[in-house]
Amino acid sequence: MELKTQVTAEKDRQEIFITRDFNIPVDALFTAFTDPKIVAQWMNTHVEKLECQPHGSYRFVTTDQMGNEHGFNGVIHEIIPQKRITRTFQMESASFPVQLEYLDFKPIDTHKSLLTMHVIYQSVAVRDAILKLPFVKGINMAHNRLEQLLTSSQPAL
Amino acid sequence: MEMRRDIFQAIADPTRRAIIALVAAQAMTPGAIAAEFSSSRQTISRHIQILTECQLLRQDQKGREIHYHLNPNQFKEIADFIEPFRQLWDDRFNKLEALMNNPTNP
Repeated sequence: MELKTQVTAEKDRQEIFITRDFNIPVDALFTAFTDPKIVAQWMNTHVEKLECQPHGSYRFVTTDQMGNEHGFNGVIHEIIPQKRITRTFQMESASFPVQLEYLDFKPIDTHKSLLTMHVIYQSVAVRDAILKLPFVKGINMAHNRLEQLLTSSQPAL
Repeated sequence: MEMRRDIFQAIADPTRRAIIALVAAQAMTPGAIAAEFSSSRQTISRHIQILTECQLLRQDQKGREIHYHLNPNQFKEIADFIEPFRQLWDDRFNKLEALMNNPTNP
């Protein structure tokens, strides 16, 4: 199935653009980023704090399959309802430096909206390493699954 | 383009992805790689050969031993790696859209 989300990462640049159009009005899209209960559901995380105001801060805590807790936090620099959120984002358990995120919300029509996330990293190397995280996790998970398969007593046939 | 297809085929196989994950952590001899799997040494050897042919792995002769390294140049093309990242955000956004289309939400 075609993915509706586009990720643009030009070579040797320290930024990416994530764009996606939604079959929901722009006010609903904005609410999905500002209502803690809704953020918790689609980001699959516990929302400890989400102060949607200029200079407000937020912190999410996600528990992985091993039961380890991972904190994510940042500061909201600017928030304009139905239009824009400018915020920082940092993973607490990884040594990656903080990133800057510009979230733009635009109505397409009364039932559709467009989100553009412009994310700026400290360096090209940091950007590339963060983009590779899901890939590395994928290969590790593949390896774990493989181990389970290989160590199970039943032969494959 | 031929080269690119080879890389994707190489990455598509779970055993080969597991070999990449192992070698990414440290350079390893073919014997040490094979010891991590219960498949036959020949099978693992064949996987290593495919990974080497599309230059994802690089051989390094140290005396009598051959060590396999990850070839970082081949992993430079970020496009090869971006799909899982894109998939992650697409999954999240699909959930967001479904939630907001649910009439019990504001």
